[in-house]
Amino acid sequence: MAYSDKTRGMYSEILTGVKEAGLYKQERYIHSAQAADIEVEFPTGASIKKVINICSNNYLGLSSHPEVVKAAHAGLDSHGYGMSSVRFICGTQDIHRQLENMVTKFLGTEDTILFPSCMDANAGVFEAVLTKDDVMISDRLVHASIVDGIRLCSATHDTFKHSDMEHLEEKLQLHNDKRLKMVITDGVFSMDGDTAKLDEMVALCEKYDALLFVDDSHASGFIGKTGRGTHEKCGVMGKIDIITTTFGKGLGGASGGCVSGRKELVEMCRQKARPYLFSNTIAPPIIAGVIKVLEILSASTDRRDKLEKNTDFWRKGLIDAGLIIKEGDTPIVPLMLFNAKLSQNFSRDLYDEGIYAIGFFFPVVPQGQARIRTQISAGHEKHHLEKALDAFRKVGRKYEILGKTKQEIIDRYGM
Amino acid sequence: MEDMKEIIRNYVIKEYVEHDTVIGFDTPLISGGIVDSFSMVSLKRFLENKYKISIPDDKATPEAFDSVNKIVNLVNEIIK
Repeated sequence: MAYSDKTRGMYSEILTGVKEAGLYKQERYIHSAQAADIEVEFPTGASIKKVINICSNNYLGLSSHPEVVKAAHAGLDSHGYGMSSVRFICGTQDIHRQLENMVTKFLGTEDTILFPSCMDANAGVFEAVLTKDDVMISDRLVHASIVDGIRLCSATHDTFKHSDMEHLEEKLQLHNDKRLKMVITDGVFSMDGDTAKLDEMVALCEKYDALLFVDDSHASGFIGKTGRGTHEKCGVMGKIDIITTTFGKGLGGASGGCVSGRKELVEMCRQKARPYLFSNTIAPPIIAGVIKVLEILSASTDRRDKLEKNTDFWRKGLIDAGLIIKEGDTPIVPLMLFNAKLSQNFSRDLYDEGIYAIGFFFPVVPQGQARIRTQISAGHEKHHLEKALDAFRKVGRKYEILGKTKQEIIDRYGM
Repeated sequence: MEDMKEIIRNYVIKEYVEHDTVIGFDTPLISGGIVDSFSMVSLKRFLENKYKISIPDDKATPEAFDSVNKIVNLVNEIIK
C-alpha cells in the first residue's frame, strides 16, 4: 500500500492548517427539495430545522417547480437515464439539439453548444478559439472558472480594473498588435451583484476590433425586460460574440451549461473544446427539464417580474433597517459587515432565527470586505422576506450596527 | 537608479493598487497578492517599451517580478 502514514500525516497537517485559518468548508445537509423553505441538518447530527433559504442561486424558483419535475420524469421515460457516451460518438439525442436551438433563440445568438457545466464551458472555450498569437483581456473580478479556462489557453493574458472602461481601453491599445483580442467579463458579478457595462464594452470592442465574451450565469432567465440576460439589459442583444451560461442557477438549477454565440466560434468548440469532447453528454432528464424551463420563461415574464419586485422590496428593507448593502438592482444583495468574524457570527445568529444565509470573507472576497451574500428568488413570498428582514434587524440590533457607517463598524469590529 | 525605482513603483501603484496599500521597494508584489501573475504582461510590456529592451519569457518569472528592487535588477541585467 503506497498510502503510508507519512503521506496521511502530510495531508492531515494541511487540513488542520485550513481549519486553523478559518477556511474549512463544511457542508450542511438539506433534507428537502431546493426551495424558499428548506429543512437543514446543521451541524451534522443536529435535529432538522426548518429555515428560509436566502443564499441559493434558485433565482426563478424553478428548481422544484412541478412542471419542470414532471418534464424531467417524462424525459427519463422517453429518452432514458444516461447516454454512456460523449456527444460526438453516440451521445447526441434529438432533445440535445432541440435544447441548443432553444437556447440560441432565447439568447438571440447564432448557435449554441451544450457542456456538462458552465465551469466546463469556460474551461474549454478559450483554448478552442484562441492561439498564442492572441490576447485575452479580462475584468479582474471574473469568476474562478474563467480564470481556470484562461490558464488552459496559450494566448497572452492581461487584466483590467473591475468595470474600469478607461483602463480597458488602455489595454486594448497596448495589445493592438495581436492577431485577435478578446475582452472577457461576467455579466453579473457573483460576489458584488453589479452588472458589467456591456454597452460601453461593445463600443470599445467595435472600435478596436475585439471579440467580447460574457459569462451570464447569474443573469440568464431574469436580467433584462424579458430575462434574456445582461446583453438585453444593456441594449446589446446580438452584439456579444460569446455568451456562456449555466442551467444550474436560474434556468432550473440542475446542471449543465453552454457556449452560445457566433456560429463559427461555436463550431470551433464542437471540434476542439476538450470538456465537450472528453466528458459525458448531459443526462436526458436534465435536458427535458431545461427545455420545459425555457418554455415557461418564453411564454411569460411573470417569474422574472416577481423576482424584480422581491429584489426591490428586499433591498429597500435592508436599507430602511439601517444596514449597508452593495448598491445595484440584481437579486444578489451583499450585506456588508467588513469583519470576517462578524460575518460568521451574524450568519450563525440568523440561522438561529430560522434564516439560512452564509458569511463570505477573505480570500473569497477582498480583505476587509466580509459580508453576508443574500440572493433573492421568485420562489420567495412576501412573508418569507418579511420574516427574514425581522431577523436581520434583530441580529443587526444585537451587534449594534443598525444605522452605523462603514467606518463606525470597522472601528468597532476591525477589518 | 532611483529614477528607475520610482518610475517602476509609480507604474505598479497606478496599474495594480486599488486600495491604500503602501508599496515599498521590497514589498512582495506577486507573492503578496498585489499583482496577479495574470497581470504581469502589462508590467513586462511597460518595461520593454520604457527601457527599449526585450525580456525573454524565461526571465519574466513571478520571482523576478516580485518586488520593485527585483524588477530593477532584472532590467539592469538585461540593459548590460
